[in-house]
Amino acid sequence: MRGPKAFATAILLSLLAAVVPVKAQTPPVEGIQIGLSTDNVSITAGFSGADLTIFGSLENPDPLVARQGRYDVIVVLEGPPRPVVVRRKDRVLGVWVNLESETFENVPMSYSVATTRPLQDITEPNSYKQLSLGASNLYMQPADAGDSPATIEEFTAALRSRKTATGLYSENVGGVQFLSQNLFRATVRLAPNVPVGTHKARAFLFKSGVFIKESSAQLEIRKSGFEQSIFRVAHNYSFLYGVFAISLAMLTGWLGRVIFRKD
Amino acid sequence: MGIYLPIAEISVNVFVLLAMGAAVGFLSGMFGVGGGFLITPLLIFYNIPPAIAVATGANQVIASSFSGVLSHMKRGTLDFKLGGVLLAGGIVGSTGGIFVFAFLRRLGQLDLFISLLYVVLLGTVGGLMLVESVNALRATRSGAAPVLKKSGQHNWIHRLPLKMRFRASKLFVSVIPVLGLGAGIGFLSSIMGVGGGFIMVPALIYLLKVPTNVVIGTSLFQIIFTSAYTTLVHATTNQTVDVVLAFLLMAGGVAGAQYGAKAGQRLRGEQLRALLALLVLAVAIRLAIDLFVTPPNLYSLTATGLN
Repeated sequence: MRGPKAFATAILLSLLAAVVPVKAQTPPVEGIQIGLSTDNVSITAGFSGADLTIFGSLENPDPLVARQGRYDVIVVLEGPPRPVVVRRKDRVLGVWVNLESETFENVPMSYSVATTRPLQDITEPNSYKQLSLGASNLYMQPADAGDSPATIEEFTAALRSRKTATGLYSENVGGVQFLSQNLFRATVRLAPNVPVGTHKARAFLFKSGVFIKESSAQLEIRKSGFEQSIFRVAHNYSFLYGVFAISLAMLTGWLGRVIFRKD
Repeated sequence: MGIYLPIAEISVNVFVLLAMGAAVGFLSGMFGVGGGFLITPLLIFYNIPPAIAVATGANQVIASSFSGVLSHMKRGTLDFKLGGVLLAGGIVGSTGGIFVFAFLRRLGQLDLFISLLYVVLLGTVGGLMLVESVNALRATRSGAAPVLKKSGQHNWIHRLPLKMRFRASKLFVSVIPVLGLGAGIGFLSSIMGVGGGFIMVPALIYLLKVPTNVVIGTSLFQIIFTSAYTTLVHATTNQTVDVVLAFLLMAGGVAGAQYGAKAGQRLRGEQLRALLALLVLAVAIRLAIDLFVTPPNLYSLTATGLN
């Protein structure tokens, strides 16, 4: 069994920027940078979830603010967006049947958050809404905007709670740690069922509860080697794949009889 | 030991699947059925998406049926002609089933439909078999000679036109019910991921009056081809066949089947049928409970676009 691999990543340190002298009159504007040492992560046969480490740095941090711990960083790893149908079961003659449904466009398949402190301590709920930041504030766009707001709200909540329950939407409070005044490390969780595709890593910088800046990087998550080949063949050469599956079954049946025959 | 299933896209335990395959294989060898009707619900209980459980179940059935047919061919207990006619009907039914499958999946009602079909069919077949076998057991216990088939005892099926002679089965019967039976089984095969042996065997015995000794071989023979066809069509239209999953089940299954077949030889026919009936009923009840019990999650998500 291959255990969870920590995907070590390094930084694109833009520390130089911090050293560049700035004019004394204009207060330095803080910035944030994140970098990934690799732009793709492979899922192997034994993948059972992993932690992904992302390094980043602050540009022009105010030493006083930093010392008081008033800089907060939220790092998000957002999975590829896809349309999602949320269905609700209701009782029909005692049997639970999918009745109502609501389709949402561009729902991130996964959404892992790492923060320096609990979300409610960093900034106001309203600014999360504006930034569409955090699993519970993420804006879900209904395909049919004509549906009643109550219905949309109900299904949005259901969508979030299902995603959270399956580990695809997660929150790691304290997952972002400052290693020095400039340098921070964020640990986001990759669920065992993390979707493949292009993920987006985004870092948000807050200073005393005010949003300052955002930076992002891309990460490709894909199935490696054997599984990827099977998946590709199954989709691109589906007829041959079917023939192969049948032949494999017959061969196994025959071999099983030869090896284990009891009559 | 965990393994990532490339099509189901989840990590599962290899040993659980091997054991599942072996247990079902043992039972299928013992009772002479493919075991698809057990594998598919078990996979669903193990959180494999129903669409993948069905298609992969069909694939798994090929292995156990093929293994079984080989021994029946050797013993000569296989009616190729009857199997061929059943198969012709099976292809038609299976094709229809695939369309219904894809349609229900789009509608979001596939899982419910699969469960309902399982409950109704397993419940009916299991119930009928249980009544029949218990009666037979009682009859033998009270010492009465089993009722022999009288030559003049024909039901309505034997009055249909287009008769055909099946020598190996010592049968002269209309092709309509044979084709119909094949089509029905084919339909179920593609929607439920079963070979259909648990329906085919009693239908051949009670409806068509095929001699019991050729029934299992012939049923397995046609099941191989129907499941192979179903596997192929699911693979091409829905991409829901997971070979890794299927292989683990087969590997456990073929081993278990050979031991099961040996164990089955020690039991009498009525006893075997009564046990099988109980097993079938147990699966039906388990699935029925799931239909009525309030699910832990009323909401379900389906990502569209891909897959």
